[in-house]
Amino acid sequence: MTATDETRVATETNGEVRVRVEDLKKLFPVSKGLFRRTTEFVHAVDGISFEIRAGRSLGLVGESGCGKTTTGRMLVKLEEATEGTILLRDEDTGKMLDVVDITSKDDRKEFRRNVQMIFQDPYESMNPRRTIYDVVAEPLTVHDLGTTEERERRVVDLLGLVGLTPPEPFLFRYPHELSGGQRQRVAIARALVMEPSFVVADEPTSMLDVSIRISIMGLMLDLAKELGVTYLYITHDLAVARYMCDQIAVMYLGKIVEMAPTEELLENPMHPYTRALLSAVPVPDPSYDRPPVQIEGGVARAINPPDECRFIQRCPFAEEVCATAHPPLYDRGGDHLVACYLVDENGGWTGPERARLDLRS
Amino acid sequence: MTDTRARTAGEETPSPMPGDEAPLLEVKNLVMNYEIKTGMVSAVEDVSFAVPKGRSLGLVGESGCGKTSIALTLMQLLPNNARILGGEVVLDGQNLLELGEEEMRKRRWDDIAMVFQGAMNSWNPVYTVGDQIREAIYLHWEPRPSYDEAMAKISELYELVGLNPGMIERYPHEYSGGMKQRAVIAMALSCSPKLIIADEPTTALDVIVQEQILEELRKVQHEFGMSVIYISHDIAVIAEITDLIGVMYAGKVVELGSTREIFANPRHPYTWLILSSTPSITGPRRQLAPLEGEPPNLLDPPPACRFHPRCPFATDICHEREPPLEEIKPGHWAACWHHEEVPTELVTESR
Ligand SMILES: Nc1ncnc2c1ncn2[C@@H]1O[C@H](COP(=O)(O)OP(=O)(O)OP(=O)(O)O)[C@@H](O)[C@H]1O
Ligand SMILES: Nc1ncnc2c1ncn2[C@@H]1O[C@H](COP(=O)(O)OP(=O)(O)OP(=O)(O)O)[C@@H](O)[C@H]1O
Ligand code: SF4
Ligand SMILES: [Mg+2]
Ligand SMILES: [Mg+2]
Repeated sequence: MTATDETRVATETNGEVRVRVEDLKKLFPVSKGLFRRTTEFVHAVDGISFEIRAGRSLGLVGESGCGKTTTGRMLVKLEEATEGTILLRDEDTGKMLDVVDITSKDDRKEFRRNVQMIFQDPYESMNPRRTIYDVVAEPLTVHDLGTTEERERRVVDLLGLVGLTPPEPFLFRYPHELSGGQRQRVAIARALVMEPSFVVADEPTSMLDVSIRISIMGLMLDLAKELGVTYLYITHDLAVARYMCDQIAVMYLGKIVEMAPTEELLENPMHPYTRALLSAVPVPDPSYDRPPVQIEGGVARAINPPDECRFIQRCPFAEEVCATAHPPLYDRGGDHLVACYLVDENGGWTGPERARLDLRS
Repeated sequence: MTDTRARTAGEETPSPMPGDEAPLLEVKNLVMNYEIKTGMVSAVEDVSFAVPKGRSLGLVGESGCGKTSIALTLMQLLPNNARILGGEVVLDGQNLLELGEEEMRKRRWDDIAMVFQGAMNSWNPVYTVGDQIREAIYLHWEPRPSYDEAMAKISELYELVGLNPGMIERYPHEYSGGMKQRAVIAMALSCSPKLIIADEPTTALDVIVQEQILEELRKVQHEFGMSVIYISHDIAVIAEITDLIGVMYAGKVVELGSTREIFANPRHPYTWLILSSTPSITGPRRQLAPLEGEPPNLLDPPPACRFHPRCPFATDICHEREPPLEEIKPGHWAACWHHEEVPTELVTESR
């Protein structure tokens, strides 16, 4: 199993759109005590749009707190959107279905079967009193799929594939009897056990070492290739995104500020935030002397954000125009979208010397 | 456990810093197992290493190799099914394993604090984060500080880890993952410990925030002369922030030395292999392959060298006798019969 398959990138075809998100928003009221009315809202996700084709994966990266998990939770119907639409293609009819219309018991069951989320926090999805076998097999039991032996075989196979080897002794252990990364792999096995066609993977390999991470990325890519599984892959690790994702969207305070095919984004980042992000990626070389990252990392929240570029507070290049409104996300050629006033139609940088944030060259 | 145990009590503890007469922490021949229905999980097997004062040591290794187990043993916060079968944990000259629970309770957080793996999920949802940090301060500071003193300290810690003090009185669900993790670090720093164990402290954070938190931790470490044990699966993070490294495989420390030395001249095949397969965002996008073979079964670990089933250099001696952790060069320790044969060249991409 290898995580990279160069041919996959090369033979990119225009598959059908599996997921389409249009102007999606999620606002959370800011707590003000029990009896006072809230007038303030956190704009956790503030009007984002994207689509993912069948068998492809879109990487979602960005600042802690920028709304990645909230986006994922809306896509799997764990959170209701405040505004906007989420359309999923129905496998049988080929029609795009609005997820808000998935209400009947049968439709919801079908939805749960096809759409899975791997949670950022592996505890969230696990009942501590159930064995690993129960945890992984539960979706099969709920949907009444397979005989007991078949289920057992499937669970054993999957545990082996996620590197819990030999699988048998793990079956009857409890979640708290595993290491952090082992639990994370149980969560992955559980999400994949139903062979879902769309998976929201929220930092699925954040606790895993290189070797196991490579096998799991390989497993997920194989599923994409063989079964057409589509992924929204949330991660902080751009090296992982590079291997997993066809496209990357960079979010900042509820907005997508840049989106492009993976290699294009890594080679030619345009948005000042993306450039700072890339410059901060740790380098496996102790003699590497990192120039200071030029922007402050704040974990700001967008509470009733004013009409200006979301990045203005931290942008070293901000000009007057940036204070007028949040810049629209424009295609600057080659499917490279960026929301910054200082990038021209051809993707050229018009701001002050570009070198300041480009610490990598 | 094993008949070939490399060191016996009284011998020098392997130190990655040659000539360090008085390390802050010495772990000697530590053995810890977990008892489960189907047997004993050999999570920490004859582990010895020293942590110098004011230095940072990175503990790296495969998922499930025993990193968190070592940390929990040092803190003595082990689950009920854990069995410490031998060894010493000497902090500032005193063996912590001999202290009673009452005495240990005082040393914990005051002397050794820990940022737990996944700790950001352990905030109690019904109290504000500020309530919870204040509680910790009230319990440990002597004399007990006033509300205002505690708040002043918390504000200072929030600033230090890059949180807006305006968030102090907010509930955990109003924090994003990254914010919760920063608050956890603030809490661990609240009693100014001598040693901080940070178990995957930044895995939940974006790289800019990660870079800043690590920078802050480094600053605090230098300012207060604190020692830090960083546990991480991410070799790049370890490269950037630690002075020293201990590499673990299947419950054992297999290599120990200064970070620069280990990266420049890995002597254990496992270290060499992981350094060779680290993905990067620069350079050509090349094939990545996981280590050959399966992760070890700690219920029945491979005999002699635990790495032998996956090791490209293994010969007969490797499944017959356990290689001792030897000092192959001042401050550089490795446990491998064939450490001289490990190539000096890595197969990594260069920047
Ligand atoms: N239930 C909630 N109530 C109030 N605010 C919330 C809630 N859930 C999330 N938020 C806020 O929404 C914003 C987005 O949070 P989200 O968890 O989606 O971020 P994220 O991008 O996943 O961050 P991280 O990388 O740290 O996991 C944050 O400001 C967070 O504080
Ligand atoms: N309470 C427990 N009971 C039984 N076995 C356990 C328990 N806790 C951990 N283990 C086992 O002990 C071994 C070491 O676990 P530990 O949590 O120390 O690993 P780790 O190196 O921290 O891994 P990770 O990087 O995945 O967090 C693992 O194989 C794990 O399955
Ligand atoms: S002792 Fe043998 S098996 Fe173990 S790491 Fe060295 S060469 Fe490989
Ligand atoms: Mg998140
Ligand atoms: Mg751990």
